[in-house]
Amino acid sequence: MFDELTRTAGPGTPLAAQARGLDMRLMLRAGEEDTLLIIRDGSVTEARRGPHVTPSWDTRLSAAPGDWEAFLAAVPRPGYHDIYALLRNGRMAWEGNLLPMMQHLMYIKRLLASLRPEVA
Amino acid sequence: MALDIEPILGRYAHIAIEGVRHRIYWEEAGEGIPLVCLHTAGSDGRQYRAVLNDPNITRHFRVMVFDMPRHGKSSPAPGTVDDDYSLTAAHYVAQIMAFCEAFELDRPVAMGCSIGGRIVLHLARHHPQAFRALIGLQSSAHVDPYYDTGWLDRADVHGGRMCGAFAHSLMAPTSPSEHVDETRWHYMQGGPGIFRGDLHFYRGAEGDIRDELAKIDVAACPLHLLTGEYDFSCRPEDSRALAEALGIEVTIMPDMGHFPMSENPEVFLGYLRPVLETVRAAQAA
Repeated sequence: MFDELTRTAGPGTPLAAQARGLDMRLMLRAGEEDTLLIIRDGSVTEARRGPHVTPSWDTRLSAAPGDWEAFLAAVPRPGYHDIYALLRNGRMAWEGNLLPMMQHLMYIKRLLASLRPEVA
Repeated sequence: MALDIEPILGRYAHIAIEGVRHRIYWEEAGEGIPLVCLHTAGSDGRQYRAVLNDPNITRHFRVMVFDMPRHGKSSPAPGTVDDDYSLTAAHYVAQIMAFCEAFELDRPVAMGCSIGGRIVLHLARHHPQAFRALIGLQSSAHVDPYYDTGWLDRADVHGGRMCGAFAHSLMAPTSPSEHVDETRWHYMQGGPGIFRGDLHFYRGAEGDIRDELAKIDVAACPLHLLTGEYDFSCRPEDSRALAEALGIEVTIMPDMGHFPMSENPEVFLGYLRPVLETVRAAQAA
């Protein structure tokens, strides 16, 4: 579900330029499936699919696969259009050290939104 | 090519609020029934640029938008810059009443969004005789805390970037990017701590008016409610619960988020104009 992030936010992309200096391990959990994003200087250099042995991450965002799919729709419906909306509705959990995410919140939001199909 | 100049005029007035002199910036356009517009937490009066620029409205209404102290171009009162700012219901009401009284407005209409949508309920409760109508945008009687507002104001997180990103979350994905960007830019320019300080009123006990809804007489001062469906702060069900408690209607605006007048102005004006026509019709009757 999240593999494409190495392309949409890989080195040299406009997205990567929005988070210069950010080094972060962001875990994205869809149901029981974990994907660990390695972010270096704002670029997603790896998207490591689990299962992971003794995983280490800064921040983890967890939601059910169906809720991720609703979030990643080209035009998400109300309640699913943003990670704060999902948090508010109890459909997403934010865990770990939130500081790097909060320091780069717009980048993280754009990073995830980069997986949405473009609206024609 | 002719220079395109907007009809909005902005000036400063020295107004005493609870006995303290403030230098308040306001913008206005139009003539007629006073329409005082109240911006959201952490932002400023630029949110109402489309209302101020709408000749359909300014033909009949004197639209006035003031920046709350600490917001936009209204500085904090002298000597208070470093205070730990927390907005209270009483102080917010005092700001609005002081503005209306300073300009000797004759029973204006007050329209507010978010914290402004909440404070119009307090105006309805305590000052119904002072207003000919009230309009609540994204209006609810209370909001339970669902995130830590401490993130909005701390030394290791850029407050402007954080507040702008959060404001972005509250907007509909279908709103025009030009206006989404304008709206979050206002948040990115906000003074340190003002968004968090305003939310002291909005979230939790300070502005909670559920226990007083039964004392609001909508016959004494009509109340109109408009709420965007993408708003997860004041959700449609929150405004519906408010409307039901007051025995009034609420209009749910599809494809709209928490900042209707700013994030999608053209569509919002389509909802606002009929409400203002209702106000005018009541005036004429």
